[in-house]
Amino acid sequence: MTTMTPYRSGMTGARDGFAQLLHAEWTKFRTVRGWMITLLVAVLAMVGLALLSAAGTTSSCEHAGGGPVRQGGGCAPTFPLGPGGEPVNDSFYVVHQPLAGDGSITARVTSLTGLVQPPNGSQGPGPGDTQPGVMPWGKAGVMIKENLTQGSAYAALMVTGAHGVRMQWNYTGDTPGLGGVVKATDPRWLRLTRSGDVITGYDSADGTHWTQVGSVTLAGLPRVAQAGLFGASPDQNNVTQNFGGTSQNGGGPTQATGVFDHVTLTGGSAAGPWAGRYIGAADASGIGSYHQAGGQFTVTGSGDIAPIAEGHGGPADAALTIHDYLLGTFAGLIALAVIAAMFMTAEYRRNLLRVTLAASPRRGRVLAAKAIVIGAVSFVTGLVGAAIAVGIGTAVTHSRGYWEFPISGPVEARVIIGTGLLTAVTAVLALAIGAMVRRSAAAVAIVVVTIVLPYFLAAVAILPLGAADWLLRITPAAGFAVQGAYPQYPQVTAIYSALSGYYPLSSLAGFAVLCAWTAAALAGAAYLLRRRDA
Amino acid sequence: MSAVFPACGSAVHAEWTKLRTLASTWWLLLAAVALTIVVGAAVGAAFQCQRFACAPAQTGADPAKISLAGVYLGQVIVALLAVLAVGGEYATGMIRVTLTAMPRRLILLAAKAAVVLGWALAAGVAAVLGSVLAGRLILPGRGLSAANGYALLSLGSGPDLRAACGSVLYLALIALLAFGIATAVRDAAVAIGVVLGLLYLFPIVAAVIPDHVLARHLEQIAPMNAGLYIQATVGVKSLPLTPWQGLGVLAAWAFGALALGALVLRFRDA
Repeated sequence: MTTMTPYRSGMTGARDGFAQLLHAEWTKFRTVRGWMITLLVAVLAMVGLALLSAAGTTSSCEHAGGGPVRQGGGCAPTFPLGPGGEPVNDSFYVVHQPLAGDGSITARVTSLTGLVQPPNGSQGPGPGDTQPGVMPWGKAGVMIKENLTQGSAYAALMVTGAHGVRMQWNYTGDTPGLGGVVKATDPRWLRLTRSGDVITGYDSADGTHWTQVGSVTLAGLPRVAQAGLFGASPDQNNVTQNFGGTSQNGGGPTQATGVFDHVTLTGGSAAGPWAGRYIGAADASGIGSYHQAGGQFTVTGSGDIAPIAEGHGGPADAALTIHDYLLGTFAGLIALAVIAAMFMTAEYRRNLLRVTLAASPRRGRVLAAKAIVIGAVSFVTGLVGAAIAVGIGTAVTHSRGYWEFPISGPVEARVIIGTGLLTAVTAVLALAIGAMVRRSAAAVAIVVVTIVLPYFLAAVAILPLGAADWLLRITPAAGFAVQGAYPQYPQVTAIYSALSGYYPLSSLAGFAVLCAWTAAALAGAAYLLRRRDA
Repeated sequence: MSAVFPACGSAVHAEWTKLRTLASTWWLLLAAVALTIVVGAAVGAAFQCQRFACAPAQTGADPAKISLAGVYLGQVIVALLAVLAVGGEYATGMIRVTLTAMPRRLILLAAKAAVVLGWALAAGVAAVLGSVLAGRLILPGRGLSAANGYALLSLGSGPDLRAACGSVLYLALIALLAFGIATAVRDAAVAIGVVLGLLYLFPIVAAVIPDHVLARHLEQIAPMNAGLYIQATVGVKSLPLTPWQGLGVLAAWAFGALALGALVLRFRDA
């Protein structure tokens, strides 16, 4: 009796590796001409819309010769830059004198009053008439400032209309001190001391028990700085945001008046005379004054000492931003979602999936390989599209002399890479949904409804701010936060909407929300792929 | 030539049978109606106005537009059904059988379009009636009440009736637009991508670009912006187009897409 050895193939399982699987999936992708063309279309759409944004802008302020629009040109104002390089508001009234070397300024504030615009929609006695009141961020206090030019370094300790005592420095810094509203029976003592480059702020309710509010370093503060009492009150912006649009009613400049006494200046300089001065635009004269009677100073000022928030309807509305250049991301996302969904569903349609799964029976690995291929392809597409869009947008804006809202190199790089990651993860989401619903059209519709529609409803159709913020927190549209380029300042009242590139979540948190949705969809896809017949 | 009309009737009947016997048709109908109503109700519930600032002049709120906001989502489902009605045939190869049975391609296209249109009108009527009802129930509690100077949403008032009927027509035209594009590109996924891109990109671009003049022109030609002017009952005079002109812009898009689809179907091999 002879034993028959069953035939065994001499081939080893070497080609079963994950690398081979990846290679196979990449081959499947790259050999479909329509998909490669779609990648090109996605990049072109991103670049084209950046061009539309930058080159299509024909503001009424464009010079006949197309030259640069400078301050006073009418619609593209240039703002002073703060020590950190950000555009700032630096307009206020100050009663000052030089402070040489180390020293301190102390004052007691007994009242903060002011004038505001009538509330939203209601009519004042006449156009431009104001009524008594204090803006929430109307402020008066003591300040040590590098010099009297706009944008110079400073540290200030102040009482505010609705935010208690604050110490603010170099425009972006802000930290709270004592709470409550200042009044004659409940005054606030404020003290700033200088020691070298370090300014320390203290506040007190009684002038004997002092609490340190903050201590900041103003690098390069000259030996002779200016110390003084100031008043400022930001412009009022009566904006109501509701579904269908924002409505603006009235608004305009406001004033804040602080009453100071027990003013003492100690330090290297002989106590000189106080001098009052409005810091700010030359044409804004008359908004501010001071009055001295005995030891009591009454200082009235208008304007603000704060960073400028980029935003539609705000002071920097005319500025082009990286957000404008990346407008085409939406077009790119939709195009990539289409091919990502088809990358999965085409296998079902042609019954190719049975071949695929026969060649690689571990179904989860097939899904992983597809996700990696489509993710990588989409990342490169989004990255290249964003980089070219931002590059061309910036170049066109500069060549036409338009004003671009300043952005630092690292932030710009983060936004561009973030856009690549956004497109990559969105494509994987589309792939996973495609694997679950097996219909590419339905998958594309679901991706658009969960990513583009929430952004649209929140920013363009303009839901009320609270509802809009929630949409951009919990839906996959939270991922757009990777394109958020400019910080939101709690001490600056502005319209921080997604339309201007402000998102309720940080870049990382928003991206994490999108990734969580994608991970859930992938898990669902893996489960269904294993459970269901192909 | 005399055979045209009977052929037409049986073609519509055949197309109706194809659509009717798919479970997805009815699920999508349900989804379109339910999602439209739910989103409209949610937008209404999210409406805020501070005390003493709820007057129409202060909020600028448009009760009809708020109630019918669900159309933003409902239109996606309507478009999805329209592209699936065509894309499904190309995906399965059924289109060859269909064309063998019904060689007059343009009549076939018209029959299919009529069936899709009927479905979209039915979905639109149900969704809009539900949305208006939800608006009547929800909005007065959110500050849009008679006490604050807002009339209760009612199909008896001219502008509200225009908004409601217009929204139904809007959904029907979106269905035709999607149907025409799907016939032209022959793939449901590509078609839905193109349709949703057309619908959502225009308004986003118009809202973001800094140039307000260009933005206004974009809104005038955008199928969704222009088409939804029909929902406006407040500030109609300040719109870039009148409501009916706006719906006309969408109709031009829809019939343009249908014409393109007809050309492709007529002259290309299936």
